[in-house]
Amino acid sequence: MTVNGTEYVREVEPRLLLIHFLRDELRLTGSHWGCDTSNCGVCVVWLDETPVKSCTVLAAMADGHRVMTVEGLSRGQRLDPVQQGFAACHGLQCGFCTPGMMLTARWLLNRNPHPTAAEIREAISGQVCRCTGYENIVRSVLWASEAERAQSEGAQSEGAQ
Amino acid sequence: MTTGYSAIPRKEDARFIRGLGTYVDDISLPGMLHGAILRSPYAHAVIRSVDVAAALAHPMVEAVLTGEDLAAQGLAWMPTLSGDVQAVLATDKVRFQGQEVAFVVARDRYSARDALALIDVDYEPLPPVIDARTALAPGAPVIRDDLPGKQDNHIFDWAAGDERATAAAFDDADVTVSCDMVYPRSHPAPLETCGMVADVDAVSGKLTLWSTSQAPHAHRTMYATVTGLPEHKIRIVSPDLGGGFGNKVPIYPGYLCAVVAAMQTGRPVKWMEDRSENLMSGSFARDYHMHGEIAATRDGKILALRARVLADHGAFNATAQPTKFPAGFFHIFTGSYDLRAAHCQVTGVYTSKAPGGVAYSCSFRVTEAVYLVERLVDMLARELGADPAELRMRNLLQPEQFPYTAPTGWQYDSGDYPRALRLALEMAGYDGLRAEQAERRERGEYMGIGLSFFTEGVGAGPREHMDILGLGMADGADLRVHPTGKAVLAISVQTQGQGHETTFAQLVAHELGLSPDDVDVVHGDTDRTPFGLGTYGSRSTPVSGAAAVVAARRVRDKARLVAAAMLEVAADDLEWADGAWRVRGDPEQARTIPEIAMAAHSSLALPDGVEGHLDASVVYNPPNLTFPFGAYICVTDVDPGTGEVKVRRFIAVDDCGVRINPMIVEGQVHRGLADGIGVALMQSIVFDSIGNCLGGSFMDYLLPTAMECPSWELGATVTPSPHHPVGAKGIGESATVGSPPAVVNSVIDALAPFDVKHADMPLTPANVWRAIQGRPVRPDLAVE
Repeated sequence: MTVNGTEYVREVEPRLLLIHFLRDELRLTGSHWGCDTSNCGVCVVWLDETPVKSCTVLAAMADGHRVMTVEGLSRGQRLDPVQQGFAACHGLQCGFCTPGMMLTARWLLNRNPHPTAAEIREAISGQVCRCTGYENIVRSVLWASEAERAQSEGAQSEGAQ
Repeated sequence: MTTGYSAIPRKEDARFIRGLGTYVDDISLPGMLHGAILRSPYAHAVIRSVDVAAALAHPMVEAVLTGEDLAAQGLAWMPTLSGDVQAVLATDKVRFQGQEVAFVVARDRYSARDALALIDVDYEPLPPVIDARTALAPGAPVIRDDLPGKQDNHIFDWAAGDERATAAAFDDADVTVSCDMVYPRSHPAPLETCGMVADVDAVSGKLTLWSTSQAPHAHRTMYATVTGLPEHKIRIVSPDLGGGFGNKVPIYPGYLCAVVAAMQTGRPVKWMEDRSENLMSGSFARDYHMHGEIAATRDGKILALRARVLADHGAFNATAQPTKFPAGFFHIFTGSYDLRAAHCQVTGVYTSKAPGGVAYSCSFRVTEAVYLVERLVDMLARELGADPAELRMRNLLQPEQFPYTAPTGWQYDSGDYPRALRLALEMAGYDGLRAEQAERRERGEYMGIGLSFFTEGVGAGPREHMDILGLGMADGADLRVHPTGKAVLAISVQTQGQGHETTFAQLVAHELGLSPDDVDVVHGDTDRTPFGLGTYGSRSTPVSGAAAVVAARRVRDKARLVAAAMLEVAADDLEWADGAWRVRGDPEQARTIPEIAMAAHSSLALPDGVEGHLDASVVYNPPNLTFPFGAYICVTDVDPGTGEVKVRRFIAVDDCGVRINPMIVEGQVHRGLADGIGVALMQSIVFDSIGNCLGGSFMDYLLPTAMECPSWELGATVTPSPHHPVGAKGIGESATVGSPPAVVNSVIDALAPFDVKHADMPLTPANVWRAIQGRPVRPDLAVE
């Protein structure tokens, strides 16, 4: 499978969960394990273009697919606006749910660049945060949306000149 | 440069947003083995035999520990934080479902779990005690027959207040209201479960334990006491914690098993709970069965409060609270009101459930106390036909009454309660809401408006009154200023997401005229930090934060002497202004801390008695608790057909004294408000009649998501604590404490047309529907 742009070939037990493959085999420990029952979402990663709960995906099912984890969010030293938004708006406290929240937020903004607060809440409704009461996560995603709007408007006006 | 208290972004976020935090399960050492625990399927059973032969024969298994193995080393039992003992691995009986029976150590995570299935335990089931109200009945099964001579399930009786004066006040009252209410068993459920990596150095014998611990120093002392290992040969590292909320205060059997396994195999051993283990065996919270009574005059003056409580402590009394207070700080149950008298009486009992008790942002049982009084005040308002806001306003303590001595002995440090309540009412548009409610009722819509006003006592505590297992609750802080003026502060408390690396840097920076970026905060490593009791009960800022400030002020005082030598003036001629020591009347003549630090490390001749360098080491013993307070208003809409509760608005005015980082403070409040929604509406650990835990996964133990939580509306008033060095009070638990009664009061208010006077949490759709139908709700037991 390809993880964050790098191809990995491994022989694994058929029952190995994707989250354990990522964490224990590849040592990508940014994705976490939280509940085993697909309820909490701290294990969310992208499988191709879709956020999935990697505690309920077998590593073998990701064979031939692309996986993106939090470690793949930034471009080199340049943080994704979603990452910047979470830091700017206090969208995290203990940081355990944050990688999964940010990956879902990135997915949302790719499909809906200017979501409402209600749309953001719905997008993250399959994931649990025990620290923020969600308010600042919503603000973080709105911040990222605004930052990207400003960025693209800046790029457009530059192009027009 | 920002030196003041302000909402600066958090230093720790740089690693978390990159997925580069280091949690216990992220630690992997060469040759590391993995442990897994076999747990009891029964709530109460005799263990006839444990056969581990097949597990040991598993090709990937390195060791299996049983209770018998531990008993041979004197480690089958360990002390709890309440002076009881708890089985590490069961030897005689199992006493709750999920109790630890055996520990398998294997070369990988999955094999360890596989081998659990190969262990054969012969159990002889016994009748359990599930309903705490039957625990003291004659003939009830005795849970703790391991205790010499124990013939019942009684743990303690404890009382506070003046029983006779309270009875007299009740005699004088025109109106009394009483209610039985249950604060159901709950669980903090941090998203990171508990776990440890234990590693023994083969040469020195030094034990390094990477552990999910909110209290690394207290844990080190306990490990030394339990295992007999010398304390300086134990290092506990508490790395990034994925939440704690109290769950990571106790020592769990799994930790000790990992330690023993590492010593036995000579290899590092990792043990991580899975979610079910966390929910079923780790520290539960609450489980208070309360009978409350309130007495008042006809015109709404509250006279007295009385409470009788049955406290379900599970199979081992393992609550974590100051020793003198077996019911925690429950006796703060007179809340925020000016009363004549109060009396409470708490009885603790053993049942066939997981141990714990004080484990969920509860400020040592203030949660239960606030819930009791705030429900009673609302019920009194209903009885009197009074508006609940007006009734509260009439009875709140007045600013001039502080410091106020409560009828049960607390001395509240400071408060302006009416101001906080007025602000909350104004933010809510209270009168408008009441008008809207009346209008909606006409249309057959059920809207509720619920208030709560709380006072907490946090920041335990004065060491002459407060200790845990004999360890006084003072905390140390070590501050070193390097020659170039960059500082390192080592603290004894342990963040679980509260942002200590930022807040504590701000505290020091503010005192020394530095940028918070130039102050590094070291925590979570017993080899690198001074002793202290850790983070819980909202004690970090009140105790450890105070220690940091006192250390910084000592450094500043010493810096003054050095600056005087540098400027060749008398120290008395210097004053601290704008981040530097300045000559009075000639403020351009000044030395900043970085300049002074370099001089203090140089060959400059220093005054007599000044040793050089710029360091300070402090132990802070708080003179009193701090008493944060707040006024909360919750607006709900209830669907009478389905019983579904929708929280439409939540207004929270908190006063935690001076706010060091207002952004972090608001984040703490947001978290607790979500707890209020969760605990009031969905989070409950329920058991069936034979003791099966029905809340053992996130499919059954429901946590609030972004859909259940409204956009919080926060307000603030600032009444500084007179005894904290910067006037701050704790804030970590205020909202968890204060919000559940606001939610419940709101729902009950919505259901007033159905004449519902009370319904116990969790107010799930089914329970609300039952309440509407006039059927009883049993929140602690499954309906069968």
